[in-house]
Amino acid sequence: MTPGLKVLSPGLHTTVQDLGRIGYQDIGVPVSGALDGFGLRLANALVGNPHAFAALEILVSGPTLEIAADTARLSLVGTGASLSVRGEKAKIVAAGQSVTVRLGDIVQIAVGRQSACCYLAAEGGIAVPKVLGSASTYVRAALGGLNGRALQREAVVPLAMACASERTELRAPAPASAPADRPIRVVLGPQQKYFRRETLATLLDAEFRVSKDTDRMGMRLEGPLLRHRRGWDIVSDAIATGSIQVPGSGQPIVLLADHQTTGGYPKIATVISADLPRLGGCRPGDPLRFVSVELEAAEEICREVEREFARLIAALEPTPHDGNLDLGSLYGENLISGVTAGFE
Amino acid sequence: MKVRFLSAGDRALVVEFGDRVDREVSERVLLLDAIIRSNPPVGIVETVPTFRSLTVYYDPLLTSRGELQPAIEPLLDLGDNPRTGARLWHVPVCYEGEFAPDLAEVARLTGLTPEDVVALHSGIQFHVYMLGFLPGFPYMGELPAQLALPRRADPRLRVPAGSISIATSLTAIYPYESPGGWHLIGATPIRMFDPERPKPALFAPGDAVRFQPIDTAAFASIRRAVENRNYQAECGPIVL
Repeated sequence: MTPGLKVLSPGLHTTVQDLGRIGYQDIGVPVSGALDGFGLRLANALVGNPHAFAALEILVSGPTLEIAADTARLSLVGTGASLSVRGEKAKIVAAGQSVTVRLGDIVQIAVGRQSACCYLAAEGGIAVPKVLGSASTYVRAALGGLNGRALQREAVVPLAMACASERTELRAPAPASAPADRPIRVVLGPQQKYFRRETLATLLDAEFRVSKDTDRMGMRLEGPLLRHRRGWDIVSDAIATGSIQVPGSGQPIVLLADHQTTGGYPKIATVISADLPRLGGCRPGDPLRFVSVELEAAEEICREVEREFARLIAALEPTPHDGNLDLGSLYGENLISGVTAGFE
Repeated sequence: MKVRFLSAGDRALVVEFGDRVDREVSERVLLLDAIIRSNPPVGIVETVPTFRSLTVYYDPLLTSRGELQPAIEPLLDLGDNPRTGARLWHVPVCYEGEFAPDLAEVARLTGLTPEDVVALHSGIQFHVYMLGFLPGFPYMGELPAQLALPRRADPRLRVPAGSISIATSLTAIYPYESPGGWHLIGATPIRMFDPERPKPALFAPGDAVRFQPIDTAAFASIRRAVENRNYQAECGPIVL
């Protein structure tokens, strides 16, 4: 038997992702990879994997999986998410720790209310072939992952290990909770000159809402329209992840992991890399505000967030034996089943 | 135009040479790309050449714009160093029937006969400005001025893979089925992108392309060879 996770129900949009397909944007291949790279890396660390291993990225509503391996060590990372195990030893395990499950167990993932995005890692990793150096799924060109697609019912996610190693389970210390309504930080540009000063002020003063036309390529924002000072049809240039592109309609789109490598609309600002994981956790209807920071500050925030992450990894600790069943997080669930429709 | 450095967030530095589709601008972009690739400064993750700029992606844990920009500036003065390694591709195209759903309309809109449109499109050598939109999607120019048309007012939801298209001053090939608003004047049976090839995208930015009209029988036979992985697209060094 090839060890794996049998998909009983796939969830809304569950894909295999790693840290992305680096080095092919010049031939039009998007980077893809985890919307929340820190979440993916932490999930890997909890099961003892190298941080860049592929895991399942789960958006908005979680999958139900049957364990088709002797034993498997799993970890789920995502604010407020939880994993429930049905089987010989039924339990509910809060996100942020590893757990070992057995052949025939049914594992159900509940996505938290605070974040729409979570990661399920397995010890040894997911055994899908790398395409152009990455296991990340890019659905539009059917690259990577499980046949280039999101998980489908009855599919089996192959695991590299048939049974979990002998080791203690790990858990992450509770993260310091940042206020959820903290504005998303942006660096203005590269095409802020295409907009009037008042329009830049609108971007930074107004409240926007995440539209239902949101997927891994981009997040449309509802709110005041951002009008162009000059034309909006620019000669195409490259698009960085986090770029806030403003098409002719004036409705901004924040470009996410699966974004096209190039595009022909002015980009008023770019979300700093340290805040991209928060965008990944947004649901349709969530409010968003932006605040601008200088480039040097953004670069320094990126380094500081990386240092914080290193401290978090250093602080992983053994989980007390069979303890820590967190029913509270489950009672708190109120899943919204949104739609991640494409906007092409 | 003076070269400008623009930040696109904390991981991308845009070196902008112009603001239009222009062969000279493109040559400067491609030359800087070649120079950086031959000896990349520390911390560069990848570079993306486009019509008017080279975007340099970097890792802020290893470098910063403050370090990168002064490392790149002296590379701008390396002058008329010609690029090397570019290829001229000969791409078979069927400009007939179902493969060319917009050919008659393009002829009508341009006041040409369909035969003239095909002769113009297959009569010149195109420059590959950049790849984008989809894996392996080449933006090529310049179209003969008589063929310049705006995009279709009514974009298609499904443009078949292999479609040869024109819009504005450019021509392109759709590597995958996708939505699209360009005029479809033909189709090629060759595969523009294949992740299993050592070079997944057939063309590289800076390559040259000529289109060779073929009939439907030749299309079918090349398509079979492509499917059996028994077809090598014809190419050679660029002849200027």
